[in-house]
Amino acid sequence: MSESKITLEQVRRVASLARLTMSDDDMIRMQSDMDAILGYMAELDGLDVSNVEPTFHAVPMALPLRPDIVQKSLPRDEVLAQAPCPESDGFAVPKVLEGGE
Amino acid sequence: MISRWSTLESIRSAVVSGDATAVSITEGALARIGSDDAKLNSFLFVDREGALAAADAVDRARAAGQPLGALAGVPVAVKDNLCTHGVPTSCASRILEGYVPPYDAHVIERLRAEGAVIVGKANMDEFAMGSSNENSAFGPVANPWDLARAPGGSSGGSAAAVAAGLVPASLGSDTGGSVRQPAAFCGITAIKPTYGRVSRYGLIAFASSLDQVGPFGRTVDDAARMLAVLAGHDARDATCAEHPVEDYVASARGDVRGLRVGVLRSAIAELPDAEVRGSTLAAAAALEAAGATLVDVELPSLRHAVSVYYIVATAEASSNLARFDGVRYGVRRDGASLIDMYNHTRVAGFGREVQRRIMLGTYVLSAGYYDAFYLKAQKVRTLIRADYDAAFAKCDLVLTPTAPTAAFKLGEKTSDPLEMYLADVFTLPPSLAGLPSIATPSGLTATGLPLGVQLTAAPFAEATLLRAASAIERAVGLTEKHPAAFA
Repeated sequence: MSESKITLEQVRRVASLARLTMSDDDMIRMQSDMDAILGYMAELDGLDVSNVEPTFHAVPMALPLRPDIVQKSLPRDEVLAQAPCPESDGFAVPKVLEGGE
Repeated sequence: MISRWSTLESIRSAVVSGDATAVSITEGALARIGSDDAKLNSFLFVDREGALAAADAVDRARAAGQPLGALAGVPVAVKDNLCTHGVPTSCASRILEGYVPPYDAHVIERLRAEGAVIVGKANMDEFAMGSSNENSAFGPVANPWDLARAPGGSSGGSAAAVAAGLVPASLGSDTGGSVRQPAAFCGITAIKPTYGRVSRYGLIAFASSLDQVGPFGRTVDDAARMLAVLAGHDARDATCAEHPVEDYVASARGDVRGLRVGVLRSAIAELPDAEVRGSTLAAAAALEAAGATLVDVELPSLRHAVSVYYIVATAEASSNLARFDGVRYGVRRDGASLIDMYNHTRVAGFGREVQRRIMLGTYVLSAGYYDAFYLKAQKVRTLIRADYDAAFAKCDLVLTPTAPTAAFKLGEKTSDPLEMYLADVFTLPPSLAGLPSIATPSGLTATGLPLGVQLTAAPFAEATLLRAASAIERAVGLTEKHPAAFA
């Protein structure tokens, strides 16, 4: 059994970055799942690709241009109707800044 | 006479000639969904009212002597990650429960413009992440050929609804095999178009460098008719190509004389399942008998595809799914601070597999790991593309099985995510290389489960795929065979 690919501490750090802070039990299960998958991915370790260019676009193409003209946006009421907490033509969120009202 | 197994061509002809109304055909599809879908769970939402209104509009257009579209009166199901104006779209996720898009995806606009009747939203793996449809927050889908087995995923509902004869055609999306593998498991045909062939506008994003919308049909001709409507430029997707669209329907009638078919013999020989080996080689032999030439090809980097895919796709997913934060759409779980609200919403809203992939993607993109995982995977992706370039110097298309086995049992692979990922080995490489790929039936196992072959061609060579798939269909296809539970 080789050493684990990812520690519980690392899993907690990733969960915090991903805004997925889960229960301790789920955190332990996640570590075990990620460890198995990252362990499998270690098969790439022996591969020398230092002289290979990365593929960011699988099918090379010229980016088409479109005319720069004003277009209608979606109706505000219909868009806001989908928000869980709309308020005065915007999206309400919990207070971000400390201080008085 | 229109039946549950009618083709797109016969349905349209009946509507055009007046032998059947679009409303009666739509009522037939709605009745089948009502009586049969309890066995399958292939629909998340049935839009009875919208479907009957769309069908009535087709009938009125005919009565007024107006020209009818290429899919006039054809009932279709669409995967629930395609935005439909005024119709709920959840991606089979709790986090988008109740979301009603204020606009149509490009492909939905195209279907409507050609007179198709959208009857409902098909079940899927949550956010298209899965190979069995067991990751839906609204329950798994059953395989019409054996209700104890998985229909494949992630477009499992779209595939099952067509295979069971509820609708004649449907739309799915394919990021690493999500239309091709369910087509193989359900005994029908599906096309993953070239990256850029079909607009992704209004397709809820999973992995943006891989996602493509693709059609399902019970015949190659039906799939070709759907693709003909979907393909083409759309300025709202910056990656949608301005490449001319070929006549796919004519291609599906073409012959394969002179076509060079690359057979991945060494990988096929290593497959543990003798029926899959035999069925794949039978499809190759059918092409040879129809006038194609078989050549041996190798894709040495295929063995790295699972690692590369699950790095690239999870990285892109972690970025795309950051938008689900309880602010602009979907559900919210309250928290004392903004960060708490994000955390509560996402942990309650996303299922286990989605959380696992966001975590993996966040990890491989995080400081200190980017070069070792993400950048390296993108370099190996170049090797996979180079393998295909080398193969296409010798052949016009590459033939492999679609999946290493027939449909597996529901629950068989759910405890081990890695085992589920390894079953995607043949469908991942074409996705990573952006290539068009078709899955079409190649026969039944001794126990009556469908098997499929996958054909992959150079960018924008969808017409070549359709020619070859049609020759396989004539020799070993399943167009005259239907699942016993629905026959």
